[in-house]
Amino acid sequence: MRRVTFPHMGESYRTFKMLLNDLGNEVILPPRPSRKTLNLGVQHTPEFACFPLKILMGTYLETMEMGANVIVTSGGVGPCRAGLYAELHKKILHDLGYNIEMIVFEPPRLYPFNFIRNVYKLNPAKLSIKAIIECIKRAWRKLQALDNLEKATHVIRPRETLSGATTKTYKKVLEWVDEAYTTNQIVEAEKAALDELNKIPQNPERIVLKVGIVGEIYVLLEPASNLEIEETLGNLGVEVERSMFLTGWTRDNTWKETVEGMTVKEAAEPYLPELIGGHGRDSIGNTILYAKRKFDGVIQLAPFTCIPEIVARTILTSVSRDYQIPVLTFFLDEQTGKAGMATRLEAFVDLMKRKKMLLASGS
Amino acid sequence: MRAYLGVDVGSVSTNIVVQNEGGDVLASLYLRTKGRPVETIQHGLKEITQHLPDNVEICGVGTTGSGRYLAGVMIGADVIKNEITAHAVAASFFVPGVQTVFEIGGQDSKIILIRNGIVVDFAMNTVCAAGTGSFLDQQASRLGIPIAEFGSLALRSTNSVRIAGRCTVFAESDMIHKQQMGHPLQDIINGLCEALVRNYLNNVGKGKDILPPVIFQGGVAANAGIKAAFERALGMEVKVPPHHDVMGAVGAAMLAREEIQSTSKKTTFKGFIISDLNYRTGSFECNGCPNACEIAEIYEEEKVIGRWGARCPRWDIIQEEQH
Repeated sequence: MRRVTFPHMGESYRTFKMLLNDLGNEVILPPRPSRKTLNLGVQHTPEFACFPLKILMGTYLETMEMGANVIVTSGGVGPCRAGLYAELHKKILHDLGYNIEMIVFEPPRLYPFNFIRNVYKLNPAKLSIKAIIECIKRAWRKLQALDNLEKATHVIRPRETLSGATTKTYKKVLEWVDEAYTTNQIVEAEKAALDELNKIPQNPERIVLKVGIVGEIYVLLEPASNLEIEETLGNLGVEVERSMFLTGWTRDNTWKETVEGMTVKEAAEPYLPELIGGHGRDSIGNTILYAKRKFDGVIQLAPFTCIPEIVARTILTSVSRDYQIPVLTFFLDEQTGKAGMATRLEAFVDLMKRKKMLLASGS
Repeated sequence: MRAYLGVDVGSVSTNIVVQNEGGDVLASLYLRTKGRPVETIQHGLKEITQHLPDNVEICGVGTTGSGRYLAGVMIGADVIKNEITAHAVAASFFVPGVQTVFEIGGQDSKIILIRNGIVVDFAMNTVCAAGTGSFLDQQASRLGIPIAEFGSLALRSTNSVRIAGRCTVFAESDMIHKQQMGHPLQDIINGLCEALVRNYLNNVGKGKDILPPVIFQGGVAANAGIKAAFERALGMEVKVPPHHDVMGAVGAAMLAREEIQSTSKKTTFKGFIISDLNYRTGSFECNGCPNACEIAEIYEEEKVIGRWGARCPRWDIIQEEQH
């Protein structure tokens, strides 16, 4: 019996579960990465590899224990080693004696046949192409709904009057979207969820700082890998805008590059005209766009030893000076203690607040 | 006399100051934390009262440093602030117009850029503590030299010896190699000071505009060899301000004063009597989810006053009080 699993990235699993079920697969849900995940991952991966490889390895091993034998994941283009991780994971799992099948999706825009072949492999229900497209459309709508809810929490959390209210409500309404199946249900659940989030008592008078978040995709999208930085910032009274959501990334890589994607590239052009792999160029382009939109600061998140982000960080020093925007970088690895990050975030918030107050009193 | 108490609980040292309304330091203490922050705080508070005039009334308390939350709940702090803000506030007060602050403590090193009195940028060492106080301490004890004499010994060097700087493991093996070849100790120590400065400027100070006046504070600023190495590397004067070793605590006291004056609240300070209370710390592993968070807690007499380490609000004290 084939049991399919996939990497855990924020709340996106809710969509993938539905889509894979629709195509007739039994799905093993990846658990939220925890200390157990990390311990397993670190034990079975090369020490010098980056954090996403380790977390994903741990996740796969956890799902193997639960009976999974097919892994669906993404590949990657450009000079970033994450593009090879699927193959490496497969080798390690085989060495450990797991006879698994690895289905790797490359960007369909560049590899259309890979996409079609893979979909065929994941279609034991033998749905027609038309039916598959319907399923993908519905899944896409659910992914959008999930992203929209998350975006709403980023705006509401820093303004909530009862600390913790947003996180609590968010957990509840996610289930509503999770249960929705037809497109109509998804649209309705999304609306009801947004209404519920908007009912959270807020203080509109509070001075809220705006911070853009840039960096490597996995540590951006999986809160368990970034010590829940967005929630922490929200609690410090900061509205965050993340430069990357799964829907945005998928659009850029599936059909054709979106206008947003092109703008980021253009913005980064004077500083970095090349694709250096990973999301290095996006980090630079997005920082510039945030600065132009008068954000109070930018935070860059990167796995420790991530070359594209190291290059970006060095260039961000000039961007920060040229555009007068404070930039703070975090390299994430095995540390689970939040104290170091909390100290730096508190200081960063103080810095932005004092600057904002000074500007307000000067004008 | 109205006064403010500042407490900085760091990895290596715990510093306590009492400041009057005008910012004069009435008393200050630099103690080794020795891995026992609770006892050190209690002991320190008891000791500092002996240095204070009788008519002093503590009107506000601020805590900072990596042990700021622990100290905050123990003492009843009005302000609990990160050490970057605390150091910047103190630096601007003692050296008006300061533009660059170097701070090297036990485990942390930071650079703070100040322009027109406000912090515009900062950086802290991230994944490695190479070149901080703990490493110097360790080398001093390996060589059997009191840490207080380490810096002045470096100043006696006549010939510089290159020591690797990027990693303490490299640095130590380089030092041993040079020592076994027969290089004099003062040259090796001077080489180490230069390596640490190089490491600091390349890592923490990377890409930052270092403009004068530059001040150097934190425990390591007592080391004249490092100060001299900074001046040689930058080609500008590096000042070590008064009270350089307790600047974090000074900043915390000043922030407490700011808080009390701007809100006209009454202080939540529990009083110096806490030195005689019974504190107990403990830890346990939460079994609520696979994260298995390590929760640490502190008891004052029989009551829990603080808990840390959870990734969710399950163990928050506030929640407990509501029940």
